[in-house]
Amino acid sequence: MSTAFERFTRSEAATGWLVVSPTALYAILLLAAPLATIVVMSFLFFSNGSITSSFTMGNYLTAWTDPIYRFVMLRSLFVSCLVTLATVVLAYPVAYFVSFHLAPNKKSLWLFLITIPFWTSYLIRVFLWKVILGYNGVINSGLLGLGIIEKPLTAFNYSTGAIVLTLAHAYAPFAILPIFVALEKIDRSLLEAGRDLGEGYFRTFLRVTLPLSMTGVVSAVLIVFIPTVGDYVTPLLIGGGKIPLIANVIQSQMLDIGNKPLGSAVAVSAMMIVAAVSILFLALNRRYLRANR
Amino acid sequence: MKGGGLRVYAICYLLFLYAPIALLPIFAFNDAKIIAFPLSGFTTKWFVDMANQPELGKALKTSLFIAVCASILATILGMFAARASTRYNFPGKGGIMGLIMLPLVLPDVIMAISLLVVILQVANWLGFDNPLTVWTVVLGHVLVCTPFTIAILNSSFLTLDRSLEEAAIDLGETKLSTFRLVTLPLVMPGIISSLLIAFTISIDEFITSFFLTGTNPTLPVYIFSQFRFPAKVPAMMALGTLLVLSSIVLLGIAEYFRRRGIRRQGGKDTGGFL
Repeated sequence: MSTAFERFTRSEAATGWLVVSPTALYAILLLAAPLATIVVMSFLFFSNGSITSSFTMGNYLTAWTDPIYRFVMLRSLFVSCLVTLATVVLAYPVAYFVSFHLAPNKKSLWLFLITIPFWTSYLIRVFLWKVILGYNGVINSGLLGLGIIEKPLTAFNYSTGAIVLTLAHAYAPFAILPIFVALEKIDRSLLEAGRDLGEGYFRTFLRVTLPLSMTGVVSAVLIVFIPTVGDYVTPLLIGGGKIPLIANVIQSQMLDIGNKPLGSAVAVSAMMIVAAVSILFLALNRRYLRANR
Repeated sequence: MKGGGLRVYAICYLLFLYAPIALLPIFAFNDAKIIAFPLSGFTTKWFVDMANQPELGKALKTSLFIAVCASILATILGMFAARASTRYNFPGKGGIMGLIMLPLVLPDVIMAISLLVVILQVANWLGFDNPLTVWTVVLGHVLVCTPFTIAILNSSFLTLDRSLEEAAIDLGETKLSTFRLVTLPLVMPGIISSLLIAFTISIDEFITSFFLTGTNPTLPVYIFSQFRFPAKVPAMMALGTLLVLSSIVLLGIAEYFRRRGIRRQGGKDTGGFL
């Protein structure tokens, strides 16, 4: 005779929970709890340099109405959208090439080559883009040396464009790999069928390959868009601190100024906006796929 | 040659990916204090300069210690999660795995600052004065590395033939000895490649170290502090060259073990770490 409890402890669910529990506990204690703290803190009233225990919506009111926060938030979103667009559009043909035009034994080598730069010092890579794009940088001195320009171009040093380029470079493998995985799963006979039925290469691509690889594109978009909204290093090194993004504002508000409730409210708002944009994007994608069916 | 235009584009894209790294050794051996063209001449003095910075040696030791601890802890936690997610179905699985994988997309700054706020608060309650040590950095790095170890270990556990474990149990082994004698050797290549990847991520992780470090800076935090002084930058280019070389060696080894693991289990290589 076994009791309900004994049956439960021997069940698959209990074993599963038991096995996952160390990792789950770690994530709950060091990830979920701190995030929950930030959410609670964002509702606390801050006065005379200390946090009180009374609740307020004031921090959110400031975070959403103060023109500085609004401006930086919009700029962060704008930069992330540009980075995502640039990264995914530039990465798609590479993933397509590796999946469709390379022999299977060469695919691993190409993927390895694509991922190597990603594993080398992030800080030094970002700094080197400053060297390439800066006033005395590689591009300017190269163009000067060739006599194409008379004085250094200032368009891309310390600019939003430089930040976008640097981030698009940093997140390249994150865009290529999911698209590649999705393309690999496509049944090649579907493409032949498309062409047998009289569609051209391009129309087959638009009507068969692209919709079938959309899952990869969606993962790529989300995995690039979400972290880039919170990028901290690139604006600091490339923008010279003159073009702060939302992460820089959160950091200075929480640690330099010490207004943790307001900083938390900005952080939570940023995450909510990112989540909302991501959900909107997923909904749009679902509509696109349905329209294509 | 297949895919003519696409191939040219893909090669150009690779050049774009490698452009910054290709410049590293050029400036590391360039005899000028300013990082710009035209080049001045060949020198190895930046490597000597780099070797003469005792602070750098200390930062490197700190980073190595943190990376060893973080990669071991992250791989152990990764094994639990990968085993659970590939083998068992349990209620709330999606939510739990989602939370564990969250650091993959969550902006580092938000994760690091919220962890910092909690650590400072807890230390305040317990009456510690300086709670920020190498161990707080390890805590943060484990959080960052674990999703990557799970991604690698998942593929090892997925290709594992379940009947081998069942055979061992039928032959009288216990669950634990089966895991030690059958499962562990089979997923060992995955474990080694997970350790190496976590080590590489930890060595390079800047944000969590920057916020959670106390008086002992890690290597990236040290590099970041040096970027403020233009005279120190060439030595950092020399350091960067060595770091890139060692990353490539580590990744080469990780890739070798990953492929060997797939071959050992008779699987087909689908490529890629992620």
